[in-house]
Amino acid sequence: MGSYVIKGARPLGGPATDILIEDGLVTQVGPVTASGAQVIDADGLIALPGLVDLHTHLREPGREDAETVETGTRAAAMGGWTAVHAMANTDPVADTAGVVEQVWRLGREYGWVDVRPVGAVTVGLAGERLAELGAMADSAAGVRVFSDDGHCVWDPVLMRRALEYVKAFDGVVAQHAQEPRLTEGAQMHEGSVSAELGLTGWPAVAEEAIIARDVLLAGHVGSRLHVCHVSTAGSVEILRWAKGRGIDVTAEVTPHHLLLTDELVRSYDPVFKVNPPLRTAADVQAVREALADGTIDIVATDHAPHPVEAKDCEWGVASMGMTGLETALSIVQEAMVDTGLLTWDQVADRMSVKPARIGRVASQGRPIAAGEPAHLTLVDPTARWECDPATQATMGRNSPVRGRTMHGRVVATIYAGRPTVLDGVLNEALSEVPL
Amino acid sequence: MRHLLSTADLSQAEAIQILDVADQMAATQKREIKKLPTLRGRTVVNLFYEDSTRTRISFEAAAKRLSADVINFSAKGSSVSKGESLKDTALTLKAMGADAVVVRHSVSGAPHRLAHAGWIDGTIVNAGDGTHEHPTQALLDAYTLRQRLVPDAIGADLKGKRVAIVGDVLHSRVARSNVTLLNTLGAEVVLVTPPTLLPVGIDHWPCTTSYDLDDVVNGGHGDLDAVMMLRVQRERMHDAFFPSAREYSRRYGLDARRMNRLPEGALVMHPGPMNRGLEITAEAADSPRSTIVEQVANGVAVRMAVLYLLLSGQAEGKDA
Amino acid sequence: MSPARPAQSSPSAPEDPPVVNDGVEVVRAVLEPAEISRALSRIAHEVLERNKGAEHLVLLGIPTRGVTLAHRLAARLASIEGTEVPVGTLDVTMHRDDLRRQAFRTIARTDLPEGGIDDQIVVLVDDVLYSGRTIRAALDALSEFGRPRAVRLAVLVDRGHRELPIRADHVGKNLPTSTLERVRVRLSEVDGGEDVVSITGGVAK
Repeated sequence: MGSYVIKGARPLGGPATDILIEDGLVTQVGPVTASGAQVIDADGLIALPGLVDLHTHLREPGREDAETVETGTRAAAMGGWTAVHAMANTDPVADTAGVVEQVWRLGREYGWVDVRPVGAVTVGLAGERLAELGAMADSAAGVRVFSDDGHCVWDPVLMRRALEYVKAFDGVVAQHAQEPRLTEGAQMHEGSVSAELGLTGWPAVAEEAIIARDVLLAGHVGSRLHVCHVSTAGSVEILRWAKGRGIDVTAEVTPHHLLLTDELVRSYDPVFKVNPPLRTAADVQAVREALADGTIDIVATDHAPHPVEAKDCEWGVASMGMTGLETALSIVQEAMVDTGLLTWDQVADRMSVKPARIGRVASQGRPIAAGEPAHLTLVDPTARWECDPATQATMGRNSPVRGRTMHGRVVATIYAGRPTVLDGVLNEALSEVPL
Repeated sequence: MRHLLSTADLSQAEAIQILDVADQMAATQKREIKKLPTLRGRTVVNLFYEDSTRTRISFEAAAKRLSADVINFSAKGSSVSKGESLKDTALTLKAMGADAVVVRHSVSGAPHRLAHAGWIDGTIVNAGDGTHEHPTQALLDAYTLRQRLVPDAIGADLKGKRVAIVGDVLHSRVARSNVTLLNTLGAEVVLVTPPTLLPVGIDHWPCTTSYDLDDVVNGGHGDLDAVMMLRVQRERMHDAFFPSAREYSRRYGLDARRMNRLPEGALVMHPGPMNRGLEITAEAADSPRSTIVEQVANGVAVRMAVLYLLLSGQAEGKDA
Repeated sequence: MSPARPAQSSPSAPEDPPVVNDGVEVVRAVLEPAEISRALSRIAHEVLERNKGAEHLVLLGIPTRGVTLAHRLAARLASIEGTEVPVGTLDVTMHRDDLRRQAFRTIARTDLPEGGIDDQIVVLVDDVLYSGRTIRAALDALSEFGRPRAVRLAVLVDRGHRELPIRADHVGKNLPTSTLERVRVRLSEVDGGEDVVSITGGVAK
């Protein structure tokens, strides 16, 4: 493996310095003079630990028309990520050791980021009986995050058992909080806009009721709970209460819920159709504040690519979901950093350190210090660029920020000592991924 | 005017103009020769994804009386997932040279999508989309109200008139279009509905609401000039919107007893098709107050006006 | 409705642009009130002479100012001949062949006199005769209401530039114009103020 010296970067937004990388490790942080290492000029760039996404849909196996492990991980590298958690709602569902190992192996083969498969909680995501969680945990993929994402683990008994069972291997259940009966046929956030547009509402209470139940269950059985894509002000209040009680709950928010509101649905453009739906400006404000004060722990993309025809249609029949890997950091900068709600240090915490900890990815989310694995992201916070889905690495064209001027740009991503992205373009994948 | 997608897009002047033109159109329909050469050579496509014979034949009659070529495209049954997508249908219509597409669709916003997705160049007329809007129905209702209630109708609005809209507002595109248009025309609207059938989030709608039909009929919100009954589907009770058809009609149906307590001259309206015995009894539907048959006749004149206004003057040119 | 086009102006003057009289556009009056009055009187006499009296005459004005002129003509006929000549209104908008190119027009009322037009001598009355397209539309519209014995045309101003084989039977004044110019007729009943016919715009002299 080669060696690189990053010149003049500002780790976590602090003072500029040099970072020496040798054989996949950071070996020196401080002025580096004369070395044979390849120089990466990082003057004015922020250095962050490589970003870790706890919520990515790579679509493979089964929906290779929407995304593959290869295209999805290239997109991840472009967005500054060095690890992604691949959601289980593939076809076949990732509910066995066989499927999670396949995804894990594909990730290693392509070598753009560390692909950590998420295992399904229930067989076929059907919500009826537990999948073989232990087998997936013990597999080569070493699954630690389990989720029926796309579906809520609605049966309270099943949820309780899952929360208890994963304690045996330090796993976590990541809940897609959506009361199914209250959201039958739901098309968008239930409120003044849905009333006007005549679209079936997805009430905030359908999310909040499940979160309330689950934090109580987690507290009761002493388990760790993670809540996916928190979208409402009410959910924030419940999480705050639960954390105050000492319940071991973590939560994520998506970039789009930090930025966009249900007013966009007035266009009836299905690119804005997502689950949970875009909420109101008050909800956006609440989740921003919660991310700032730590009530919401992390940002996760819920990157959900779809083939063009799934969005090039009328709202009611369109698929739900938005791409996010390549725009997440820019949105976080716009919504959180440029507004003064988060420092870069805290961005590193919300997008790398904490998600790695929740997903039990030991080698990632580490400090930028000598002896640590070299997973790094270099960001130019002054860059401005227009989002054009046609030029993105993901196969999905369903970016809700297409045409928008983005704040800040990922200039380089270094995964295990190898620049996967340099000068804002894909560089080279890792040939031998360390275990 | 390029498209007619929602009554919210109409200014008061535009709405009144449509009603005024409809008045003249209605006059032409009393002549021996009803057909006008106005839209000769233009093609109007009726694209219906939902069965609605009444609306379709109304638009068809309107277009034909203006000498347009009419193509009926019944897309029902060719479900979008199985068959042709809306986009492909639109591209087909574009290739056929449709000047206007009258679209009825079960999905809210489908006409909006047709108008703005860049699939087709023609004018789009919303003939009812999901639970969103049905603008020509609201226009014909306003036309009927004005004709019956305002002596010197041409150029007039509906200021000072009070209309109660009764029934399943949640699932009603007619109610949404009417609330907006009646407000634009200066009328007051009272929505009367069981709490389960009132949408969440209507606090800023330009109307008042009530759960008590008797109170509203008795003048609790002021004297009414018209009561508009909405169709209620019996199946709604399976989703627990109300306990039984009998209880619904007892609390929210218009029968002779309630009708007779209305102020003299107050109208009874219904967009049809009616569920006689559920939201309206035969005595009410067939009474002299009822405008239900007139509404159907007025529908043709209003749709003629809409097609005329949308399709004339599309290309800029010098005057003659 | 959608943004493509702003709402159309008042129905009374769909073809009139706003008068710009800041030195760029030239407005010159070509018929004063007295001349307009004399022209109408002359037309009234001509109509009677041609028809050998007022019998079977029906005057149909074409909105907006044609209707006003028809009523003025009828008053003159009554004072000369002592008989009431029926007056009606014929809106031709829906019969125009240029609807696709014109910004849409509000439709005026069509009102025929009680006795109809079958076997009558219909005199169409309009303010300005130009391309002839309005009159073509009027002839087309007339055929919906019956079969007159004859149709004649009376106009206050004939400005030339015909595009169809149509000519007026009675003309108040022939006014040679450039196609760049606009002829404006203002009548006190419709526009307020004094009657005037003026030419606007075109090549400044």
